[in-house]
Amino acid sequence: MKKMMILFLIGFCTLQAQLPDGKKILDKIDQNLSSENRVFSSSMIIHGRRTTSTVRLKTWTAGQNKSFTEYLYPVREQGTKMLKLEEQLWIYSPSTDRIIQIAGHMLRQSVMGSDLSYEDLMEDNKLTDRYNAEVTGSEIVDGHNCWVIKLTAFVPEIAYQQQKLWVDQERNIPLREEMYAKSGTLLKKTELSDIQRINGRWYPKKIVFKDMLKEGMGTEFIIEDIEFNVQIDSYIFSKASLKK
Amino acid sequence: MIRFLFKGLLRDRHRSLLPFIVTATGVMLTVVFHSWITGVIGNSIEFNARFAAGHVKIMTRAYSENSAQSPNDLAILGTDSLKKIISEQFPEMEFFERIYFAGLIDVPDQAGETRAQGPSMGIGIDMLSGNQEEIERLNIPSSLKSGSLPTKRREVLISNTFAKKLGLESGDTLTLVGSTMNGGLALYNLTLCGTIEFGTTALDRGTVIADINDVREALSMQDATGEILGFSRTGYYDNEEASLIANRFNKRYTSDRDEFSLIMKSLAEQNNMGFLVEYSGKLQGILVFVFIIAMSLILWNAGLLGGLRRYGEFGMRLAIGEEKSHVYKTMLLESLIIGFLGSLAGVTAGLSISLILQTYGIDLGSMMKNASIMMPQVFRAHITPQAWYIGFIPGVFSSLLGTMLSGIGIYKRQTAQLFKELEA
Repeated sequence: MKKMMILFLIGFCTLQAQLPDGKKILDKIDQNLSSENRVFSSSMIIHGRRTTSTVRLKTWTAGQNKSFTEYLYPVREQGTKMLKLEEQLWIYSPSTDRIIQIAGHMLRQSVMGSDLSYEDLMEDNKLTDRYNAEVTGSEIVDGHNCWVIKLTAFVPEIAYQQQKLWVDQERNIPLREEMYAKSGTLLKKTELSDIQRINGRWYPKKIVFKDMLKEGMGTEFIIEDIEFNVQIDSYIFSKASLKK
Repeated sequence: MIRFLFKGLLRDRHRSLLPFIVTATGVMLTVVFHSWITGVIGNSIEFNARFAAGHVKIMTRAYSENSAQSPNDLAILGTDSLKKIISEQFPEMEFFERIYFAGLIDVPDQAGETRAQGPSMGIGIDMLSGNQEEIERLNIPSSLKSGSLPTKRREVLISNTFAKKLGLESGDTLTLVGSTMNGGLALYNLTLCGTIEFGTTALDRGTVIADINDVREALSMQDATGEILGFSRTGYYDNEEASLIANRFNKRYTSDRDEFSLIMKSLAEQNNMGFLVEYSGKLQGILVFVFIIAMSLILWNAGLLGGLRRYGEFGMRLAIGEEKSHVYKTMLLESLIIGFLGSLAGVTAGLSISLILQTYGIDLGSMMKNASIMMPQVFRAHITPQAWYIGFIPGVFSSLLGTMLSGIGIYKRQTAQLFKELEA
């Protein structure tokens, strides 16, 4: 019996030793997904309960706290611009010719009825800056071997207190994510696909978001065009550029 | 005979005054209590009907599941033609479109940037078509605190407290920030034309009232509406009638397979109002029954006391040869006269007090400062046909019953004993 126990403990420890360090995986994910700045055009296909609508956007992001988005389509929203600096968001609409400031908690509201919040759309924070990671096992997702990683936030005031990621072991990119509230409630699910090699990094061109607290068929977020680490005029991240 | 007894009652105040006062007071209290309870419950039901539930309400099935959140993405489409059709199919009801919405009211500074901001609950109603019914129904003209009613598009009323909080005055521009029917961002400029105060904390915190066509434009809801409220042409909510109409409508329009099919709900089926509607009748009945029993006991006791007090008088009358049955009959007749007159006076006084309470009401606003439910601040009595007889009948018969019981003693008295009693 004692021998059995010893063998079991050795086997368990060996298995644990084979699991990689979660932080190292997060570093590799950040190298793929985060950048000093980026400019991208995207389409959001929002599958609501009644209709499907499409929104086209162009977004400029610098660092982790500056982001500027312009609505290109539909016509009603054309010219609407959003500027996010730190925790503040300003929205300009040409129909009212007003710059409206949106309070901090509103950043977690849905963008245009989609399954994305303003934070989801406009933030580019590194995972390593917000979460501790623990690899809990491995699974196969869409034919790819993935590490299953549990993330726990170590910063306060964060939208998703916990996350569960299925990270492709070869490309170091999450293929599936589950986001949880502090209470353990599943808030959102994402499926990342169409992973392409762009400027030496792996990047998903399509992400399907599903807000689990909302009825509807989810939102497809498609990156049509993306550039990393390009020169962005600092003027674009000022309120003056909203009305321009 | 009646005239003789009546004269006796007038001349011997000891015989009539106390029973008369007791009967009149008891009947008056019964009438006032009944009218007050009827009024308070009726006020609450009618207030909710006017502001939120209608006598019946039409929504999509999907909307009705979350109607408290006013999910306008699940609104009714093609309302113009629908309203015409249902008006023909249900002529006993008048239908009005309403859009309830939530949003932020943003006030600009001189540079057009946010100066003040606050969350609001909005109601879009017909204000500019020339039909004043919705404006009257929400009691807007008498709730106007400053400024005037909207006379043209893009003019809006907001609650006085909210306007003060945001530092707004009539003529100022404000922007509604909300969600369009398709989930998009709605930004819409409006001009404040007046402020209102309904006297209900839940409504006075942050209500915005705009013309429904402005709300449609702001929220991209052309030819759509969140809800269609139906009001009985009689002006009063009749639960039985509303339920029948709702059943007829639902048989025709509701489908389990289509979440956007239409559903009609009676007031009793909405916002937990069922409890109030269902039990209002029973509750009234129970309260009034208990009260009437208590009053009957007092009046009965008064009758008994009257009978006992006149023990000597009855002995004398029997001793000089009056028949027992005659003494008993005259006693009952006297009691009936006192009961009738007392009840008449009680009903008159009760109805007068109820009329004052119905006209002026009692302001209980200070007791409901932080109430979040929609209740009127001024409660009024309501005089129903029942009020005319609910106190009168027990008033007459309770004192009569008391006299009947106390009078039975007359038949037990022995003529041989009467002289001994008189000698004593």
